[in-house]
Amino acid sequence: MAVIDSTDGPIWRRRTTGKQLAIWCGWLVGVAIVVYCFKLISDKTIWMFVLDSGIQAADMASRMVPPKWSYMDNLWRPVWDTINIATTGTMIALVLAVPVAFLAASNTTPHKSVRAVALFIIVSSRSINSLIWALMLVAIIGPGTLAGIIAIALRSIGFCAKLLYEAIEEIDVKQVEAVEATGATGAQKLAYGIAPQIMPTFAGISVFRWDINIRESTVLGLVGAGGIGLQLDASISTLAWTQVSLILLVILGTVIVSEWVSAKVRHAII
Amino acid sequence: MLKLNQLYKRYATGDEALKKVDLEIPDGQVMALIGPSGAGKSTLIRCVNRLVEPTSGTIQLNDIELSSLSPGKLRHARRRMGMIFQEYALVERLTVMENVLSGRLGYVGFWSSWFRKFPADDVKEAFRLLDRVGLMHMADKRADELSGGQRQRVGIARALIQNPELLLVDEPTASLDPKTSRQIMRLICELAKERGLAAIINIHDVMLAQMFAERIVGLRLGEIVYDGPPNALTPEVLTDIYGEEDWEATIEAADEDDEEADTAETVV
Amino acid sequence: MSEQTQYPSTWKKPPFIQNRLLRWCLWFGLAIYLALAFGTLDVNWQRVAEGIPRGTKFLSAFFPPDFFSRWDSIQDGILESIWMTVIATVAGIALSVPFGLGAARNLAPRPVYLFCRGVIAVSRTFPEIILAIFAVKLFGFGPFAGFIALSIATIGFYAKLLAEDIEAMDPGQGEAVRATGASWFQWVNYAIQPQVMPRMIGLAVYRLDINFRESAVVGIVGGGGIGATLLTAFDRYEFDSAAAILLIIIFIVMILEYASGYLRKWVQ
Repeated sequence: MAVIDSTDGPIWRRRTTGKQLAIWCGWLVGVAIVVYCFKLISDKTIWMFVLDSGIQAADMASRMVPPKWSYMDNLWRPVWDTINIATTGTMIALVLAVPVAFLAASNTTPHKSVRAVALFIIVSSRSINSLIWALMLVAIIGPGTLAGIIAIALRSIGFCAKLLYEAIEEIDVKQVEAVEATGATGAQKLAYGIAPQIMPTFAGISVFRWDINIRESTVLGLVGAGGIGLQLDASISTLAWTQVSLILLVILGTVIVSEWVSAKVRHAII
Repeated sequence: MLKLNQLYKRYATGDEALKKVDLEIPDGQVMALIGPSGAGKSTLIRCVNRLVEPTSGTIQLNDIELSSLSPGKLRHARRRMGMIFQEYALVERLTVMENVLSGRLGYVGFWSSWFRKFPADDVKEAFRLLDRVGLMHMADKRADELSGGQRQRVGIARALIQNPELLLVDEPTASLDPKTSRQIMRLICELAKERGLAAIINIHDVMLAQMFAERIVGLRLGEIVYDGPPNALTPEVLTDIYGEEDWEATIEAADEDDEEADTAETVV
Repeated sequence: MSEQTQYPSTWKKPPFIQNRLLRWCLWFGLAIYLALAFGTLDVNWQRVAEGIPRGTKFLSAFFPPDFFSRWDSIQDGILESIWMTVIATVAGIALSVPFGLGAARNLAPRPVYLFCRGVIAVSRTFPEIILAIFAVKLFGFGPFAGFIALSIATIGFYAKLLAEDIEAMDPGQGEAVRATGASWFQWVNYAIQPQVMPRMIGLAVYRLDINFRESAVVGIVGGGGIGATLLTAFDRYEFDSAAAILLIIIFIVMILEYASGYLRKWVQ
């Protein structure tokens, strides 16, 4: 908001001329980048396929309907596996995320270099999608649900630790100071002063991440890491489209249920 | 007995919060510390239990010298000093009982405190203190469900369960209304007298200080400018401490009716 | 008054879930679940044992990683990922605005609201990679399919949060603008936009971050970007190159994080 003095007296503009110019330049640059990127991608696109896509879509749709309900028997075990991958992976991640978070928070870390290492762990864990972790783990320890669990855990540590350390940095210092004044040890300070303050956040983060992990676990099987993704991969490779549509419905159902559970639990905690 | 010798505190910004302060407080004496904001009152209190590290000078509590203690010994020493805070500083999400028991953390190992297994004597004492401050029926309530005055009572119980030799009280009434302020001050001073504790009470309300303390120390810009009984606190002296007219603003007016109601009831 | 009242010597913290039966059921259910989950865990431990040396070989590939042997394909892949991310985020957010406005209960008529909520729900349910599989089937291999997949996912994410933000806005401000006789579009621009803008800008950068990370994944099923390069490197057991790619991904995400923090402060 700017009041600018001109020869006829002060006038009001929303922004100063300088700032306005900067914003316009920003928009110009932004649009230029976007157009450039689009050009680059369209160079690599076979536009005939794109135009064709409507027909392809209709074709695929007709092949996917109706879903092959009888295939359901093969899916119960994979759904169970998927839920386990998500749940165990989340639990392991939470256990590991707590110390990492305390080491990364500026008010509880023992030393700046330790904090840097913890932050690097968090960024690395976050940057790499659970599917990529799964890819790597399957190459190393072989296919199966263990690879899926570890992949989920590795990815979730970063997410949980990041939110957790941000919560730790926002605590009310006075409460901790009072505990310190009674002669408590550092560990007691953590347990009595800090932990109660971050408990609700911790619970919220856990459930939130569990919900996301359910979604992520459904596709890990595409690279061999267990769960319903294995069925999906097999069905797509054999072009069994009616099976595919059933699997998608099952995934949809699982995600809806987990979201409902997650919303209920978070509501109860607040 | 608490003895401060040449206590000096200089912050990294260059501020000299305390300029070579000498102070002696015998057992059982309730001493009020007054002065404008920025005078160094809070710093002085926090230097005693080293929540703020003094730059130089010594602090002697009875037989030990506090300023040179190692962290481990410092913790043990802190058990002997009970602190009451301006904004109660209770752990909001814990129950009243847990907050009171947290005064005993210095005496209890980590795992016992984690599982809340405090010794039977501590629990008894906690109940006794809650009864004394009139909050026994609220033991299981969460701290943030209480009113300001009630929270400060819990803070008082927490400080006393340490069975301390010294009470450090940092602006106990700053967040309270005038009537509750008087009740709290009365409670603190009564308890100090009951147990024969020395107490330093950091307070900005001059009239409260005069009503309840037996000795008043005025601090200005890190130096002691007045040290004497409450009745010798003339307007000239107050102007000296606070500067022109400032000190009148610190007095919260007392209502005639409130005074009578005060003496009749003891519990908020 | 010197009666000796007996105080209890034990105290237990009231449990979080008061209802005893519910509490026991939950603990029991959890125990059963854990037993079943671990019981049905199907792990080929021998294969895992065989994998350990391969694992150490992989970790040692980070010291040092090999940026050079496959630099051309790495460069192509990363740039493709970046381009995909940029336009997918832009297009996704652009489309999210109408859907978000339409999915806000306080803004849209009921049928529009239901339709938009439905579209958002469908876009959100499936992970990006499933969307990518279908996009590849429809549009052929290459970054266009990846772009489509990411855009749809962006709409699901962004429109939902936009709708929630709009629903949570202060109705008073909107009312005031309405009272001046503003048109619907003016109302959106003057009352709604200023309230939701700060958070939505932050979310836009967050989605950019997510899209970049996802862009590395869609390549695995043919959607362009660095994912394909990474997959090839693993298939060929070229761990050094794979390590290089991973480090580049981490590095770019770090840059995005700094940029987003900086941008958020600037917006404040």
